[in-house]
Amino acid sequence: MQEQEHSLLEMRHINKLFPGVKALSDVDFTLRKGEVHALMGENGAGKSTLIKVLTGVYQNDGGEISVDGVKINIRSPQDAQNNGISTVYQEITLCPNLTVAENMFIGREDSFLVAHKNYEKRADKILGELGIPARSTQILGSCSLAVQQMVAIARAVDMKCKVLILDEPTSSLDDKEVKVLFDLMRDLKGRGVGIIFVTHFLEQVYEICDRITVLRNGELVGEYLTEELPQVQLVAKMIGKDLDELSSFEGVEEKHFDDSDIFYEASSLSSSDALPFDFAIHKGEVNGFTGLLGSGRSESVRAIFGADKINGGTVKIKGEPVKITKPIDAMKHGIGYLAEDRKRDGIIADLSVRENIILALQVMKGFFRPISRSEAESFADEYIKVLNIKTASRETPIGSLSGGNQQKVILARWLLTHPDYLILDEPTRGIDVGTKLEIQKLVLKLAEDGVSVTFISSEIEEMLRTCSRLIVMRDRHVVGELKGADLNQTQVMKTIAGGEAANEE
Amino acid sequence: MRKRLVSMIMAGTLAMSMALTGCTSGGDTTPVDTGSTGDTGETTEVADTGDTGETADAPVEASGELIKVGVVNNPPSESGYREANVKDMEAVFSEANGYELKTSYSLKNDEQLQAAQGFITEGVDYLLISAAETTGWDEVLKKAQEAGIKVYLFDRMIDVDESLYEAAVVSDMAAEGDTAVQWLLDQNLDEYNVIHIQGAMGSDAQIGRTGALDEQFASGKMNKVVQQTATWDEAEAKKIVESVINSGESFNVIYAENDGMAKGAVAALDEAGITHGVGGDVIVMGFDCNKWALRELLDGKWNYDGQCSPFQAQIISDLIKSGEAPASKKIINEEKGFDATTITQADIDTYGLGE
Amino acid sequence: MKNKITNIFKGGFGQLTIPIVAICMLVIFNLFRDPSFFSVGITHNNDGNIVLAGNLISIINAASELAVLAMGMTLVTAACAGQDISVGAAAAIAGSAFVKVLKSGPEITGFSVILAFIIACCVAMIFGAFNGTLVSVFNIQPMIATLILFTCGRSIAYWINGGASVPVDSPIIKAIGSFIPGIPVPTPVLIVIVVAIIFKLVFHFTSLELFTQSVGINGSASRLNGINATFIRLLTFVILGVCVAVAGIIGVSRLGLINHETLLLDVEMDAILAVAIGGNNLGGGKFKISGSIIGAYVIHMLTVTLYAMKVPSTDVKAYKAIVIVILVVIGSPVIKSKFTKFMTQMKNRKQEVAMKGN
Repeated sequence: MQEQEHSLLEMRHINKLFPGVKALSDVDFTLRKGEVHALMGENGAGKSTLIKVLTGVYQNDGGEISVDGVKINIRSPQDAQNNGISTVYQEITLCPNLTVAENMFIGREDSFLVAHKNYEKRADKILGELGIPARSTQILGSCSLAVQQMVAIARAVDMKCKVLILDEPTSSLDDKEVKVLFDLMRDLKGRGVGIIFVTHFLEQVYEICDRITVLRNGELVGEYLTEELPQVQLVAKMIGKDLDELSSFEGVEEKHFDDSDIFYEASSLSSSDALPFDFAIHKGEVNGFTGLLGSGRSESVRAIFGADKINGGTVKIKGEPVKITKPIDAMKHGIGYLAEDRKRDGIIADLSVRENIILALQVMKGFFRPISRSEAESFADEYIKVLNIKTASRETPIGSLSGGNQQKVILARWLLTHPDYLILDEPTRGIDVGTKLEIQKLVLKLAEDGVSVTFISSEIEEMLRTCSRLIVMRDRHVVGELKGADLNQTQVMKTIAGGEAANEE
Repeated sequence: MRKRLVSMIMAGTLAMSMALTGCTSGGDTTPVDTGSTGDTGETTEVADTGDTGETADAPVEASGELIKVGVVNNPPSESGYREANVKDMEAVFSEANGYELKTSYSLKNDEQLQAAQGFITEGVDYLLISAAETTGWDEVLKKAQEAGIKVYLFDRMIDVDESLYEAAVVSDMAAEGDTAVQWLLDQNLDEYNVIHIQGAMGSDAQIGRTGALDEQFASGKMNKVVQQTATWDEAEAKKIVESVINSGESFNVIYAENDGMAKGAVAALDEAGITHGVGGDVIVMGFDCNKWALRELLDGKWNYDGQCSPFQAQIISDLIKSGEAPASKKIINEEKGFDATTITQADIDTYGLGE
Repeated sequence: MKNKITNIFKGGFGQLTIPIVAICMLVIFNLFRDPSFFSVGITHNNDGNIVLAGNLISIINAASELAVLAMGMTLVTAACAGQDISVGAAAAIAGSAFVKVLKSGPEITGFSVILAFIIACCVAMIFGAFNGTLVSVFNIQPMIATLILFTCGRSIAYWINGGASVPVDSPIIKAIGSFIPGIPVPTPVLIVIVVAIIFKLVFHFTSLELFTQSVGINGSASRLNGINATFIRLLTFVILGVCVAVAGIIGVSRLGLINHETLLLDVEMDAILAVAIGGNNLGGGKFKISGSIIGAYVIHMLTVTLYAMKVPSTDVKAYKAIVIVILVVIGSPVIKSKFTKFMTQMKNRKQEVAMKGN
């Protein structure tokens, strides 16, 4: 409370309800003048909901917001702007076909009054002040992404913003560009602007931020000074396990594999989204890719399946070199892939459970050899029974099933193809505990039957229970491979957190 | 990126459609068959006047003395009528007849205006125009007058002062309808129950062909069973006649404002087992005089086909060669109507359009 | 029995509710207006064949081209979430090619008709592939991609025969366009049945239906399941090409005449409407070919009804628009969900009353 006079923005007891979900419950957030404040949390922790409440995209269902000690009501993005709250999103929301100056003044009330020449001059002045390497007359699209982002920031600064929200600004920038952006952020900080910084890159947080607020499951975990919160602790807070608690878990029994048993092997495989990496998996092995969201774990397994454009690398299956450039290639070599985003990449919402189950097998059989209706029905019935899928009937559209049952249908789709190697990316996300356990058991059973499985989950505990080997990724690089005695949460946390984390203990 | 692609395609479409109009104007370089309409007597006359005393007989030698004619017309793809019109122009204003022909075809008034402007700059002797629209021509025609170029309008009138052109050779659409209706009255039927299928409403042809019949409906001499527009669409005409047949109403005349619609109407009659043509239950009347339609007449399946004559070239050529101003600026092109009982194969060959 | 009826009210025909309700409404309206509207008679046509005649026959006969086009349009709509607006122009091209081949021979024989049919199909499939490539490979919105052929198609058709209207006269052509001697049902109606059966067979012997729907509902997921979405989208356009050729040939044969300017004029809008009236989502996804066929008949029943009422044909389009707006609005998700809400409310109230009664 003593800090109240210094604080720029205060959000108190913020609640946000969505049908069936409490997205935010009783969250507090404080931003002081001239500080960079990181908002951290795993996916679904409520970061973006909080930001959207602050920027007027959503209405809060309770709580209050004040700027400079004055209570305000934010009903629309316009309200937020009028109160000095500006946002720069990950995707550039400006118009690439207009000039820099036009982008800086478009849609602003004073833009009618300012003559063209005039505002070009004004834009150049601001750009110069902020040290942004762009000319006001340049077409925005001709600037690099980083500069475009900075123009967006310059626009915000010129609008006299007091609170600047940067939502994942660095995810599409390279190291050099990040550095330039950080310089700009420090400059703004010096001018007294409060910056809310949302990112998945831990190291960037420690480089630029003064404070960290951690959210988990829509609740506030706490607010910390950056220097007082070691990286490994931050990870623990985001995931929700105390370090002591973490160490008490045991890994699965270690299995030994012969090199002759290698089913899939990739060397320096890279795709449009994944940096080159090496990877191999044995027959009957369950391994995991872990790391925070955005660490490159999903991108890597997508590269294995040929889901994105493959840029390079060699792949061997059972020792034979093969070419996998698109999903059908992978499928023909016995690889199945359950995608991370079930809604976008998994279900065909309007089609029935039956059609969803047979889809992958049908594709593999080919266009001219359709699975007969009766055959399809018996497949569907079989897997509805085996996986205990709760659906009104096999003809029910998959879209009307619960998340867990949708996931089981997609699992059934891949099991029906009898894969040799199954990649499961977040198969347990948003699923009730019972189903989670069922899926874990299923993975272990598949491995017993000789199927290789790659299992990805945000819950490390779950990974430890199922995987005999974990590949750890950070900032799009493989930073470690853990097995045997190293398979415990403490070690995993440390490897994920990286940096000086090891010394902190 | 996508936007750019889309705009590229739009531009491509434009370019293609321009190429289309461009292609049809390629006619000025193609050699034209002069056999049918070429008047050799006149050719020698022209050669004579341009003769400086050396090689009088060979018209080719007189190429320096060719009369330059610029024709601004609608593209032949517009209709069978236009196709015949364009062919007629090309045949009459041929090199063999002592002309150097330049042509431009477009459905758009502004493009036509540009073309006319171009011809004036090139320095043609005569400018022949069938305008897409009746307005906007004052300036261009004034310029032509200043440049000493004589202007003839054909097929369509333009809203300008009479002094700006030498003569206009046009069809009288109303006369066309009058001729047809007069023919129908001459058949002396006990009663006239007419299915009237109209062309696209508001077009010159529709107005001209409808007027005379409307008078008959108004005077009570003929009964209007149905009067519907099929907008020149054959299939629509068939539907209209079918609906009358299905309603059980009796009728004995089908007056269709072009050949295609008459054909559609006849298809409906055929399917319903209603006889038509000479000696049939229903009189079938069409317009345009396509060759195939005239053959239906010759076969006695239809009764009458009227024509809006597309042949204005010879009249204009005669005016140019005579060098005299016509008695009236507006020259009505003679319209024809053919009766199934009197038509001959020779008529078809001479006056039929198409093929 | 009672169950079934309430089911129908709840949308028991599923997707087909709207088109079936529309047909029923038109039938009831006509019964009140003039019951003889539905009388079907038998007459001899001018070739001496015994044939069926009447408004009903007129409707199903005249709707044939539209029905065939609507079938193909349904597939394209399902896979590409957009419509082909060039079908009318493409049909003019296919029809012109058909006539061109027939005219280039000394006389029209069964063989030359088959040859002409095959060539017309090929031509239409090539133009379909052109549209399909723009849509599937270059990711251009279907309506914009097909705008090209829509604009220049009829000019291309003109080039083929170089004449405004070219007649083809032959008993074979007449048999295709009106009646085969000895069969009282118009041939175009039979062609629609054959095309519908072929579609059914194709769906039975290939995975076209499943893949088309998958691609239309969720392209990203389909790709990750190994479906070549580009190929499927292209394929739907090529199939539509065949439909276009068939429709064009029916149109030409009906009149024994190709008029490139008027053949199937404005049919694209009717075809899209037929798909929409058939309860298919114009945004792609699940589809029912049968819905689109019924949709085509709804449109023509409406036209013929209006003609029978002697509505001026210039006004027909306006009346059609009104009816179609009503149908489409009734079929919209907003109204549907309101209706379901209303039905459940009624049900609850009924239960309450029943409980009180007890």
